[in-house]
Amino acid sequence: MATSVSDPSQKHQRREHGLMLALVSPALLVVLALIVLPVGWLAWQSIYHDGFTLENYRRVFTEDIYWRSFALTFQISLAVTLIALLLGYPLAYLANSLPKGWGIFILSLVMLPFWTSVLVRAYAWLVLLQRSGVINQFLRHLELVSEPLALVHNTFGTVVATVHILLPFMVLPLYATMQKIPNDLMQAGASLGASPSLTFLRVFLPLSLPGVLAGCTMVFVLCLGFYITPELLGGGRTVMVSMLVSRNVELYNQFGAASAVAVVLLLSVLVIFFAVSRFISLDRVLGHK
Amino acid sequence: MMRASSARIVLYVISVLVLVYLIVPVLIIVPISFSSARFLTFPPPSFSLRWYEQYFSSPAWMQATRVTLTVAFLTVLIATPCGVAAAYAVSQSRLRIMRVIHMALLLPLVVPIIITAVGIFFVYTRVGLVATLPGLVLANVMLGLPYVVISVLAGLQSFDPAQEMVARSLGMNRLRSFFAVTLPQIKSSVVAGGIFAFISAMDETIVALFISGGQYQPLTKRMFTALRDEIDPTIAAISTLMTAASFMLVLLASARQKRSG
Repeated sequence: MATSVSDPSQKHQRREHGLMLALVSPALLVVLALIVLPVGWLAWQSIYHDGFTLENYRRVFTEDIYWRSFALTFQISLAVTLIALLLGYPLAYLANSLPKGWGIFILSLVMLPFWTSVLVRAYAWLVLLQRSGVINQFLRHLELVSEPLALVHNTFGTVVATVHILLPFMVLPLYATMQKIPNDLMQAGASLGASPSLTFLRVFLPLSLPGVLAGCTMVFVLCLGFYITPELLGGGRTVMVSMLVSRNVELYNQFGAASAVAVVLLLSVLVIFFAVSRFISLDRVLGHK
Repeated sequence: MMRASSARIVLYVISVLVLVYLIVPVLIIVPISFSSARFLTFPPPSFSLRWYEQYFSSPAWMQATRVTLTVAFLTVLIATPCGVAAAYAVSQSRLRIMRVIHMALLLPLVVPIIITAVGIFFVYTRVGLVATLPGLVLANVMLGLPYVVISVLAGLQSFDPAQEMVARSLGMNRLRSFFAVTLPQIKSSVVAGGIFAFISAMDETIVALFISGGQYQPLTKRMFTALRDEIDPTIAAISTLMTAASFMLVLLASARQKRSG
């Protein structure tokens, strides 16, 4: 009895499933063909060249230039993340504490550079920071310096421009998290006699930590793979991992080595996402892109 | 009380400085693009349109502009329907594999773009898509898809699927009920997703560096090459135009989102 009733509905359900899979398949095919297949190709190419080999990974893990580049990339990413947090937290805090209209206004100012091409912003920083650039002219005009400062074509310029580009990824999740902290809690803290700074430290700050983690993860991970700013503002000396990949492809035709570097970079990113996902939902990290 | 308000002042000062840091570099290219000087001086000695003239009279820059616009429009035309269909399926289906598929559709945001770029380059060299228009469009469709999917999923969240059920129980087929009932209600998030896909395609640089070439080089690739060689104010003019285009599109998208409220 039960089976004869469920049969047509099962058939219906199977049709429903088929339809849904058909709807999702064009998008899925594009992603499979242009992300999954290429990454798989890189992984294969990193271990196979006229036979199975670990030579590429041996190079990546033993040769000085690779090690130094990975170390530099992690250092820069860490510095960029910390600076973005220090700059972004007060801004998100202010936007959150102001009346809604003003908060949205501040957020749209944060989004303004977000919607400008990364290339355009890298160019703007070149203009601002170069030897004859706006900042050096200004400093010399005020007679603060006698010689133009080397602000660009080095790690400093790379960090300044990279923070600028990644700051929105810090501010948005911070603001979203702060919005969810009930105001009553702060008032309760104050009514129990705690000073504003104490309520901030004991109540607000801990509750905003998921946003801090989400923002820091996104900024750090994006920075690990950053290419345009170090290439244009690093002056050839700030060789980040992304540049190792591109140089191995474009200049040296070392496809195996490039692939191995790419695989190690991707694994680092995935390990970080996996570790973070144990604390907060990944939707939170990615959702505010 | 006194301490609280002084802390407040410090907060305001820091915030204003951070906003200046965020916004000034975006705006500084505008006066430079209207400067008459060959070299970058600020403030500009006098007003001039020579860099805009140089841009509009250069066949190479014009060709690159045509490529960028073609790629961006085709990207939107392909990525939007694919993304809407996928978002609809992800939100309506109870299949367990949809969760995995949902994650897969967001992969373009997770995998570092340099890795995607090199990987696509290797695949394209095998199938002969390097330096072609279809190759460039396809890559940008993939990069734009997550924006459409995220935007439409957010729109579908506030949509009650029961409404579509009602339309179907009244005799409409699935497709008609989607176009008559569902789509009008999520229209603004569809448009917003499409606009973001357009901006993403217009600004995309890194994949284009590896896979584009010959006559099918977009603006960003030519700009990147030009920036490596010397800083030419023509780029300031192009940057200003690109930024203006982005802002107008974003305003359009947010105006639509607000209207649907």
